Amino acid sequence: MTDIILRTINLTKRYKNRLAVDHLNIEVRQGEIFGFLGPNGAGKSTTIRMILRLIFPTEGDVEIFGASLKEAGHRALERVGAVVEKPAFYGHLSALRNMEILGGLQKPVSRRKIMKYLERVELADRAGDPVKTYSHGMNQRLGLALILLKEPQLIILDEPTTGLDPQGMKEVRELILELSRERGVTVLLSSHLLYEVEMIATRMAIIHHGRLRVEGSVNDLLKKGPSGVLIKADRPAEAIQFLKTNESYRSARIHSDGGINIELDQDSIPELNRQLVNAGFNIKALVPQRSLETYFLNLIEGHEGADNP
Amino acid sequence: MIRLIWFELIKTFTRWRTYIGFMAFGIIVPMVVIGLKLGGQNSFKRSLLSLLQNDFIIGGNVLNGWFFGFFFMGALWVHVPIVLTIVAGDQIAGEGNAGTFRFLLTHSVSRIRIITAKFIVTLIYTAVMVLFIGGLTIGLSLWAFGGGDLLVIRKGILVIQETRLPYLFLMAYGLATLAMFVVSSLCFLFSAFTDNSIGPIIATMAVIIVSIIIITLPFELFQAVRPYLFVNYFDAWQKVFDDPVPWNIIRRDITILAGFMVAFFLTAVVYFSRKDILS
Repeated sequence: MTDIILRTINLTKRYKNRLAVDHLNIEVRQGEIFGFLGPNGAGKSTTIRMILRLIFPTEGDVEIFGASLKEAGHRALERVGAVVEKPAFYGHLSALRNMEILGGLQKPVSRRKIMKYLERVELADRAGDPVKTYSHGMNQRLGLALILLKEPQLIILDEPTTGLDPQGMKEVRELILELSRERGVTVLLSSHLLYEVEMIATRMAIIHHGRLRVEGSVNDLLKKGPSGVLIKADRPAEAIQFLKTNESYRSARIHSDGGINIELDQDSIPELNRQLVNAGFNIKALVPQRSLETYFLNLIEGHEGADNP
Repeated sequence: MIRLIWFELIKTFTRWRTYIGFMAFGIIVPMVVIGLKLGGQNSFKRSLLSLLQNDFIIGGNVLNGWFFGFFFMGALWVHVPIVLTIVAGDQIAGEGNAGTFRFLLTHSVSRIRIITAKFIVTLIYTAVMVLFIGGLTIGLSLWAFGGGDLLVIRKGILVIQETRLPYLFLMAYGLATLAMFVVSSLCFLFSAFTDNSIGPIIATMAVIIVSIIIITLPFELFQAVRPYLFVNYFDAWQKVFDDPVPWNIIRRDITILAGFMVAFFLTAVVYFSRKDILS
């Protein structure tokens, strides 16, 4: 018995001379939120479209709930719900009608059930309005309601927060976490936003130029990169001098925005704060530096050089 | 499958572009009938009847509703494809352009079923449009000019008794519908190739216009190509007004038109089943 819900096996897509995805092997396990990360044009959307059978691979296969996409075809997607890029609906129809049509392709869905999920994404009061009158954020929420309507066991989200305001992004993240924690739904989340993946994913893969660069738990990957803190204090020059007297803070240097940057274990931040305050400095902010970001950038930039000698 | 067809019917018949054709013919046909009633009928009398009166004694109401119904069918069959392509060309390309395939095709429903439902709805729209035009032209013509025997000038002059006409017109509309099914199927096929619904409309009309030119010009080379062009069989509906009715030729025309329709649909299915959805 395996707990692998989704597996890509040497998944490859070639467009004439361009290799969009190159022998990609990733595994998504039961119940996890899997971050699928990469810069724009890395091959994330192509991979997701191949998983969802929107695009046919040049080579390789996808296994969903143990079924080969090549062999099972569309039947492999029975327990999968997905939003690929910007959700698109029939603009001249109402949200209710869109949900009836797109949610009822396999089996009819009751209006009561549709309204339940429209309420969940706070669109119930606009259920009768044509979707073309909806904002981008409302479209995103409608897309999520459509996924929920299907009650899938695997949710695939391709850049789900693109174009959303901060509140909308937060709501989407919370919904993903809720689905994962409360319903045990497995989520494959594609994003180019590192912090988004870092905030909610349990495991992740980074692809670049169509190739898998790294795959592992977010915690493990966090440990791989250097961590640090950005200090916003008054009298930064004096603060640096003070910090350099301590062996642990030797890496302190002035950051481009006038703050002080130190390579430091995240657990040591409270002690650093205490020492600065006791020495009479006013601390305006302590911003933990995203080690994953540094790691990600190093990884991408490193391969950039390797890929383009 | 019935639910898929129902969904496609909702999508198609709730869009305003679906009604452009109905509105266009709903305006043009009454305008022409009014024009005929207000004097246009006299030009027919002058040009047609005066010619015939040299050799025949003409009695009764010859320029009647059936006559103008027949005239309308002959005059409009080139124009009907334009309105059909507006809907047929949008069936697949429209979904691609809007990006709705990203939801539609990521469910556990086969592409073949989805495209088949779309095709059936395209045929339903085509049949409704042809029957609407037929009903409107015959209905208004009979209301404005009354009934009577039909004078048909094709291979000679033929007078068909009024009692046979409803049956013959019904058959003629059936054959005209089949011919228009071929137009819609071709446009549907072109629609599978692209994400822009203007392309299939232009491509279909281009094929029809070029084909009509080919079958009209009396060049030997063009005449040799003629049997392979579907527009060559578009006049099958007129043959039911011949005497005797050439049933063998009509049956052949039906088979060929149906063959074109099936071939276009199957090509669309094969292509779309493996098409990468990039929109």
